[in-house]
Amino acid sequence: MRERGSLSAAKGALLARQHVVGAERAHPDAPAEDLGSMVGTCLHFSLFTNSPTVIVMVGLPARGKTYISKKLARYLNWIGVNTAVFNLGQYRREAVQTYKNYEFFRPDNEEAMKIRRNCASNALTDIGAYFTKEQGQVAVFDATNTTRERRGLILSFAKEKGYKVFFVESVCDDPDIIEQNIMQVKLSSPDYENCDKEEALEDFLKRIECYKMTYVPLDEEKDRHLSYIKIFNVGSRYLVNRVQDHIQSRIVYYLMNIHVTPRSIYLSRHGESDLNLLGRIGGDSGLSTRGQMYASALAAFVQSQSIRDLKVWTSHMKRTIQTAEALGVPYEQWKALNEIDAGMCEEMTYEEIQGHHPEEFALRDQDKYRYRYPKGESYEDMVHRLEPVIMELERQENVLVICHQAVMRCLLAYFLDKSADELPYLRCPLHTVLKLTPVAYGCKVESIFLNVQAVNTHREKPPNVDINRKTEDALQTVPEHV
Amino acid sequence: MCVCVCVFEDCPFRFENCKKQHGVDDNKKSSVILVAVVLCPQSCPLRRDREQVGVAAVLRTRICTSRPETTSVLRRDAAMRGSKRCRRDRPVCMTNCPTLIVMVGLPARGKTYISKKLTRYLNWIGVPTKEFNVGQYRRECLKIYKNFEFFRPDNEEGLKIRRQCALSALNDVRQYLCMEGGQVAVFDATNTTRERRDTITRFAEQNGFKVFFVESVCEDPDVIAENIVQVKLGSPDYIDCNTEEAVADFMKRIKCYENSYQPLDEGLDRELSYIKIMDVGRRYLVNRVLDHIQSRIVYYLMNIHITPRSIYLCRHGESDLNVRGRIGGDSGLTSRGKEYAKSLGHFIQEQNIKDLKVWTSQMKRTIQTAEALAVPYEQWKALNEIDAGVCEEMMYEEIQEHFPLEFALRDQDKYRYRYPKGESYEDLVQRLEPVIMELERQENVLVICHQAVMRCLLAYFLDKSAEELPYLKCPLHTVLKLTPVAYGCKVESIFLNVEAVNTHRDKPENVDISRPTEEALLTVPAHQ
Repeated sequence: MRERGSLSAAKGALLARQHVVGAERAHPDAPAEDLGSMVGTCLHFSLFTNSPTVIVMVGLPARGKTYISKKLARYLNWIGVNTAVFNLGQYRREAVQTYKNYEFFRPDNEEAMKIRRNCASNALTDIGAYFTKEQGQVAVFDATNTTRERRGLILSFAKEKGYKVFFVESVCDDPDIIEQNIMQVKLSSPDYENCDKEEALEDFLKRIECYKMTYVPLDEEKDRHLSYIKIFNVGSRYLVNRVQDHIQSRIVYYLMNIHVTPRSIYLSRHGESDLNLLGRIGGDSGLSTRGQMYASALAAFVQSQSIRDLKVWTSHMKRTIQTAEALGVPYEQWKALNEIDAGMCEEMTYEEIQGHHPEEFALRDQDKYRYRYPKGESYEDMVHRLEPVIMELERQENVLVICHQAVMRCLLAYFLDKSADELPYLRCPLHTVLKLTPVAYGCKVESIFLNVQAVNTHREKPPNVDINRKTEDALQTVPEHV
Repeated sequence: MCVCVCVFEDCPFRFENCKKQHGVDDNKKSSVILVAVVLCPQSCPLRRDREQVGVAAVLRTRICTSRPETTSVLRRDAAMRGSKRCRRDRPVCMTNCPTLIVMVGLPARGKTYISKKLTRYLNWIGVPTKEFNVGQYRRECLKIYKNFEFFRPDNEEGLKIRRQCALSALNDVRQYLCMEGGQVAVFDATNTTRERRDTITRFAEQNGFKVFFVESVCEDPDVIAENIVQVKLGSPDYIDCNTEEAVADFMKRIKCYENSYQPLDEGLDRELSYIKIMDVGRRYLVNRVLDHIQSRIVYYLMNIHITPRSIYLCRHGESDLNVRGRIGGDSGLTSRGKEYAKSLGHFIQEQNIKDLKVWTSQMKRTIQTAEALAVPYEQWKALNEIDAGVCEEMMYEEIQEHFPLEFALRDQDKYRYRYPKGESYEDLVQRLEPVIMELERQENVLVICHQAVMRCLLAYFLDKSAEELPYLKCPLHTVLKLTPVAYGCKVESIFLNVEAVNTHRDKPENVDISRPTEEALLTVPAHQ
């Protein structure tokens, strides 16, 4: 019922230790006692509100509530705010095993009303448990919540427990959009498994009518003490009331930047570089011959796709710029797209890192997401620096991003909702374009290898991550190189 | 031969008879190039960082983003040579269309406050912005303000003058956006009638500007009264009046506008792009945000507030590397630095600040300083000192010895110069933007940071240009207390009486790349 795990206490402890150890390495002459207090308060920025927040979706069926819930949760989790979605429809499906027809949703159906109210209570209880036992920070309560009474219930629950509440209402009267919604996500719902399209559509429209009778939208006057954003017609207008804190401000900013216009995002790495061939990480080398071939192949590919108004983005590093040059179209350079800074390990091979910094090498394998290279960055740091890129990707339509392995992993994790544990091991091979197309509640991925050979730069997590491991164990998964 | 370095025909800085205009001598070729660079204003989006290869200065121009063919030629060169000193782009902020922001609202609704603040923010993040206050045009035209009768809707003469002033301001807007490299213009006037707004919209369409309305609606009499006291009483209009007279007249002035006020309407104005700010930010209505810059403006406007508060900026206590005259690094505090941390603790206690938040960077010296305060604090990576790349932990003397060219280039353009494998002040501003946004949201905050970082933050609050920013004085062991007041910021500098080295290096007179060592090191502060 509840989707997505969150940071466990054990990992939290590792995080704390990591920062202490990282600091120690960087400053060998630092007295240990100074570092003790750094552990407790290390935050990237004050996203972490002290009280958990309940985001309450409001709106008639087929207004994009679940779409927004999932997208918002994906975004918040990616930036490090533990978020989970609680979809009332799923609770209802568990309670009422088989869905007959729209009659269940009639406002005069006493029996059904009781079941639905029960489901809501269960969901709220689960939300409470998520906050207290699973270190959740934000819970998205995805349901119609169309009556003042139901919203009142949620507000009292939150007030009692000390949670903040932020409403997100989606209002839409464009029949085309509504029909589009229904076609995309409702017809394939478990509720309509055994119906044909017309039956399903008709039943769903009657379902919407049931809600319309009792729908009370958030009111500018009566609800002026509540914190909310009202989204009109998929974002052409917004009404924002009483934003309380940073996280709500970020949520509003995010919601105001997303859209549903069909488009595709193409992610690719630069062509194979000279340092890639040598098995060295980081640096700022140029393309190898094969890399240049890839750049030409990429140009041909982009041409063949006939993409409307394609924007091309690269980093500030030579290898991405050289790759983009071959496309012969205008491109923009983002410093934020630069590869992860490996600090003291820049331009080293894995063998050299094992030779000079075996403990660092092991620590990295223990927690690749949070591990920060001495004088360098961690994947976690990168997520924060890539956030403006993600925000702009949301605003844009067709974009080709030519970036680097670690960067691409972070971006991919955002679009495919991968956890912090999976993120650093996502496969992003050279000379392969990933075409991401938003569809329904997620993203369709097409992987297109452009037929130019390249070295493999993917290093799997070795079985032995102990700091006392032998060199062969450490280097077990290092890919081949010159 | 045109002195303007920009190669494009439609570059606003290319003049037909430029030689005559700039008094350039054809024979002195090198002086032409130098003159050209001096003339291309900082704000021109077509201007670019200068590159010097070897001894021969090769000065090149920024690529106009609307010319893809030349873009790729110059970028290829840049790519081949190495990207560390490549031009950096504003991430997508530069739409080719300039934007005209139009304020809407009755008098004393905070329009000028918002205009000035927004202008300051946009300029700080690198978007050339200027505000045009119609009231000032009216004051130039009228010379002496008698009383509110000027604003009566039946005052034909008054209406004529006011319309003229508006048109004159719009003309200057056009000049700024088309000829002077401006990107955003803020048209600060009441613009309370639909008719006036239509005029402006037509003007913008004719000139290819995007329009974004910012309307401020407020009915809270306390807020309005506070506004009047803070900014209207000190206005040139009321220079010879006493408080009561001024307030009475101003209230009558507001009345003149009230009858003809047509607020932006959800129905009638649904095709326009606007944000309506209600009750000083309690509620917002946002309609049709068209592009990135408008989205950023909306985000900014939704994060600012006017609750009275103070921001305390200071550096970490004196560090070991400071004492040895070395830049960057991650050293700990000296004993004087620790003493400062203690003094800072006492100072904070004495100030009795409500709900003070304390922020530090992730470097030891700021953390150690905060530790002495014995209050919870938050660490921001974004507050880390500027990364000096290959020059980290070097003394200026060593930089001069090993990288004399770099040292000179930095003195030539300290704001944009990027240390090899490091950062520039310009990069710093980009990474500090979320800090500024959060500072706007917060109330009382103490930020314990570093010299370059503090300069960037200070430049934001005090509206300092990119030229002044890298030379702002931010000495150790001194707290700057910033309190927003009227349209700006009051600054109090409090030295906490613990001696420290001076780390401020002024711009030396000779910034030529072939200067002798003594001249390069002339302004280096003393150290061990």
